[in-house]
Amino acid sequence: MKTFPQSLKEARPGSRELLESLTQRVHELNPKLNAFLRWNNGSHLVPEGGVRELSLAGLPISIKDNICIDGLETTCASKILKGHIPPYDATVISKLKNAGAVIFGQCNMDEFAFGSSCETSAYGPVRNPWDLERVPGGSSGGSAAAVASGMTLAALGSDTGGSIRQPAAFCGIVGLKPTYGRVSRYGLIAFGSSFDQIGPMTRTVEDAAILMNVLAGHDPKDSTSANVPVPDYTKSLRRDVKGLRIGLPKEFYGDGIDPEVRASVDQAAKIFEKLGAQIKTVSLPHTPHSVAVYYIVAVAEASSNLGRFDGVEYGLRVPAQDLKEMYFETRDQGFGQEAKRRILLGTFVLSAGYYDAYYLKGQKVRTLIREDFTNAYKEVDLILSPTAPTPPFKIGEKMNDPLAMYLSDIFTIPANLAGVPAISIPCGFTKSGLPIGLQLMGRAFEEETLFRAAYTFEQETEYYKKKPNI
Amino acid sequence: MDFQIEKIAELARLNLKAEEKAKLSKEVAGILDYVKSLSAIPTDQVAPTSHVLNLENVFRKDEIVVSEVRDKALKYAPHAEGNFFKVPKIVER
Repeated sequence: MKTFPQSLKEARPGSRELLESLTQRVHELNPKLNAFLRWNNGSHLVPEGGVRELSLAGLPISIKDNICIDGLETTCASKILKGHIPPYDATVISKLKNAGAVIFGQCNMDEFAFGSSCETSAYGPVRNPWDLERVPGGSSGGSAAAVASGMTLAALGSDTGGSIRQPAAFCGIVGLKPTYGRVSRYGLIAFGSSFDQIGPMTRTVEDAAILMNVLAGHDPKDSTSANVPVPDYTKSLRRDVKGLRIGLPKEFYGDGIDPEVRASVDQAAKIFEKLGAQIKTVSLPHTPHSVAVYYIVAVAEASSNLGRFDGVEYGLRVPAQDLKEMYFETRDQGFGQEAKRRILLGTFVLSAGYYDAYYLKGQKVRTLIREDFTNAYKEVDLILSPTAPTPPFKIGEKMNDPLAMYLSDIFTIPANLAGVPAISIPCGFTKSGLPIGLQLMGRAFEEETLFRAAYTFEQETEYYKKKPNI
Repeated sequence: MDFQIEKIAELARLNLKAEEKAKLSKEVAGILDYVKSLSAIPTDQVAPTSHVLNLENVFRKDEIVVSEVRDKALKYAPHAEGNFFKVPKIVER
C-alpha cells in the first residue's frame, strides 16, 4: 500500500495526484470495508486557476448518504429511497462546493441513521478498518471507516444520538457534533429534528476546525439554524488548557464501562491535569435516564419524519390497485427491521391515550437533563467522558438485542438532548489494538473551547499518528 | 402492555409480514418496559422541552425566487404526469 494520505491541512490544494492515489485506495479497500455506497472519481473536478485560493480547493470530502446532492442518487442506505435523486444541494454541500471541495463519494450508514453499528444498512454492513470482524460504529460508520482507512481526507456525518462521535471513537478519528443550530440541516434527510446536526469527521482536530469554518453559520433555508456569529475556529487551536475547568460526571463512571476504556479515559484526565487544567467531579443527576428519553422523543420525531416515504414523490413505489395499498406495501417492502421498529414505537408514543405518559413525559425529563448541563457549566467549562462504554464490538454481536445496541450510545445521547456541542478524539488503544475515544462536551456555541482542549490533548499524545494496518 | 401491533401498524401505514409481527411486538414491548422507568421521576412542576436552546420563532418574507426544483422533483419521481405526481385511483366513479 502506498503512503497514507495526509490531512486536509497538509494536502496540496487541487492536487490531481492526491485524488488519483485516493481513487486507487478506494478501489483496493472499499470491497473489504463497504464504506462507500456510491463513488465516482472526482478528479475531473479539480479546480483550475484562481479557484485554488479557496480554502478547500480540490480537496476531497466524502458525504454521508443522508445529505442531498443535486443530481446524485441519495438513499439513506434504505431500499425505500433506492433511485431517489435530490433536486437540490443541501446547504452544507453548496458551502463545500463554494469552498472548492471535491465531493468524493457517498458513505454507507445505518438505514435512516437508525443504528450504532452500520449493520442496518440495506446495502450490507461496513467493516472497521482496525479489525474487519468488528463494526465501525454508527450511524456515520461509512464516513468514519473511509477517513480512518485513508480512502478520503475528511467526511461529513450527522449526529442525532451519537452518530458522528461513536463511529469516530470506534475508528480512531476526530468527530464533532456542533451545537444544535450551528450548522444548517437544509437538505439533510430528517431523523429526529430536535436533535440532528451535521458535523465534520476528520483525522485531526485542526481539520475539523478548518471544515467548521466552511460549514457553520446561519441559513435562512433552515429555520432552526441559529443567527450567531461564526468565529475563525482555527484560531482556537492553541496548545494550552491552563485554567480550564474540566468536569467528570459521576453518573457516567458507574458499572458497564469496559476496564480498558475506563483506564484510558482516567489517563486522559490525568494528562489534562498535568497540562494545567483543573479536574473536578460534577453531577448530571438525570442523565441515567437519557436513553429512555431519547427512545421516546427521537422515535416519535422519526415516525413523523418518515411519514413522507409512501411511494408518491420519491424513490421506491410498489405498484398496487389503490392508493392505500400502495402506501402500505411500499412501506413494508421499503423499510428494514430497525426502521419499522422505530416507526411503530414512535407512532405508539404519539398515539391517542399514550401521548402524555410517554412523549410529554419524555420532553419533561429532557428539560431536567438540560438543566443538569446548565448547572454543571456553572462549575466547569467542559465535561469529559468516554465516547462509548466499550471498544468496537463484533459484527452481529448486538443485532438481536435492540436495547443493548441502544445502550452503546449512553454517553453520547445527553449532548443531543441538551443541544450542546461535543467532540470525540482518540485517547488510546486496547491491548488488542482497537481504538478508544474520549468525549468532551461544551457550552452551547462554545465549539472553540472544545477545539482548544482537543487540540492540546491531541498534540500532547499524538494518537492520531497511528494508522490501521490495512 | 397496551401495545397492539395491528392497530399501530395501521396508523403507521405499514403492512407487516406475519413473522415480523411477533418479533416486533416483543421487541417494542421490551423497549417500552425499559422507558417505563421515567414514570418514577417527579415532573409536575417541569415544563416540557419545546426547543433545546429556546430560540424564538423565525419569520421571513414570502418572496418568489427562480428555481428548477419543481421540474427536477417531477422528473425524478416514481410516476408523474404534467405538473403532477401520478398515483393509483382514489375515488370510484
